[in-house]
Amino acid sequence: MNDKTLISVSDLKKYYNGGSIKALDGISEEIRKGEVVVVIGPSGSGKSTFLRCLNLLEVPTGGHILFNGADITDEKTDINLHRRKMGMVFQHFNLFPHMTILRNMTAAPIKILKRRREEADAQAMALLKRVGLEDRANAYPSQLSGGQKQRIAIVRALCMSPEVMLFDEPTSALDPEMVGEVLEVMKQLANEGMTMIVVTHEMGFAREVGSRVIFMDEGRVVEENTPSAVFDRPQSGRLKSFLAKVL
Amino acid sequence: MEFWPELQKDFYQSFVEGGRWLLYIKGLGTTLLVTLLALILGIALGIIIAVIRAAHDQQALRKVNPVLKILNALCKVYTTVIRGTPMMVQLLIMYFVIFSNTRNQIGVAVLAFGINSGAYASEIIRGGIMSVDPGQMEAGRSLGFGYAGTMRLIIIPQAIKMILPALGNELITLLKETSIVTVIGLRDLTKAAMLIQGKTYQAFMPLIAIALIYLALVMILSWLLGSLERRLRASER
Repeated sequence: MNDKTLISVSDLKKYYNGGSIKALDGISEEIRKGEVVVVIGPSGSGKSTFLRCLNLLEVPTGGHILFNGADITDEKTDINLHRRKMGMVFQHFNLFPHMTILRNMTAAPIKILKRRREEADAQAMALLKRVGLEDRANAYPSQLSGGQKQRIAIVRALCMSPEVMLFDEPTSALDPEMVGEVLEVMKQLANEGMTMIVVTHEMGFAREVGSRVIFMDEGRVVEENTPSAVFDRPQSGRLKSFLAKVL
Repeated sequence: MEFWPELQKDFYQSFVEGGRWLLYIKGLGTTLLVTLLALILGIALGIIIAVIRAAHDQQALRKVNPVLKILNALCKVYTTVIRGTPMMVQLLIMYFVIFSNTRNQIGVAVLAFGINSGAYASEIIRGGIMSVDPGQMEAGRSLGFGYAGTMRLIIIPQAIKMILPALGNELITLLKETSIVTVIGLRDLTKAAMLIQGKTYQAFMPLIAIALIYLALVMILSWLLGSLERRLRASER
């Protein structure tokens, strides 16, 4: 593990029903700063579970996760401190429906980082401008389209100035014509050097933006390589048949 | 034939003579005071119990917190006992057994009704908490909020909105149920009517009068709750 390593995962396991279902069966990965890691695989392959284990939304059955050198799987670690530094974007947006867009974005900076309200508002407005939604600051989530909601969810996470962004199928719940606007924001973010781990079915995004692609199946990493190697020269039979179905 | 003068005499005796209308006003004040304080106590207790029980049910299987387990068991006993015994019996026990040394009837009544109401409110609130999308908790936690912070800022405000009709129902029940504080001698609205009935030997006027007052109170409450609900909903559209 060198100083460029941000997250180091070793032998990560997640079992259900006392081991009869192995959602993750021994994953070891190193995520370096500035990398855009795209995780692909058939449904049920464990890719979402893997992502959700990284900020302990799922509690792993075994293995270790080091984030900035701290073992977050250790029960003595205060996970809340580390989650601030790991932004997460969900498939179903999970915006807070009882708050305006601006409050959605500033609640955590104000309450957790103890920022002044004006300061948090200014930061949020700047981020909203970047995704072209500054005129919706005082709207409620229900007034927004799916694509808009997801762009807000991304900038809400960015308000905490995270070191890594986790994306859990961010475009899967969107109407097809809204997928592009969300991917565009993610692409921008990648270009600015944000470390990203993206679980997605968008193979075009994986190929264009990813610095590394991980193919998972049955709770294991079957193959990983640069996007061009994975898509143009797949090695394993399972990856070949998966790509044949999705491309 | 003698109907109208008779009625006038009844009315005079029941409301005017000796300033009896003041008794109704004072009684109404006591009823409202007991209801309001019991409501506050009941909702506070209800939220605490609901959060304990929801936290117990939702905790990760990895580490079952023993303190939480004991608290959860206590909460279960509390709701079982309170929901399983009549309100009037609870009130009598509270006044004549537990606090037999005090004559602070209002305090005892608030405590008894608050504790009773808390048991019902906790189940309503727990239902509300459980009905909030789990993704909301995940989103809150992923931003760095702790369990308690996420509950307070994100889950409970949404839960309250959803359970407002049921909580309103509980409030209306509470208001009407306070009429049994007469058994510990507290002079609420119902007791006022009974006292006047005892003096004038006229049952009709005082009882119909307080029935109408209760009815009016409930109608006002329903209207207030309805407009509160509409306002909360409006903020989301």
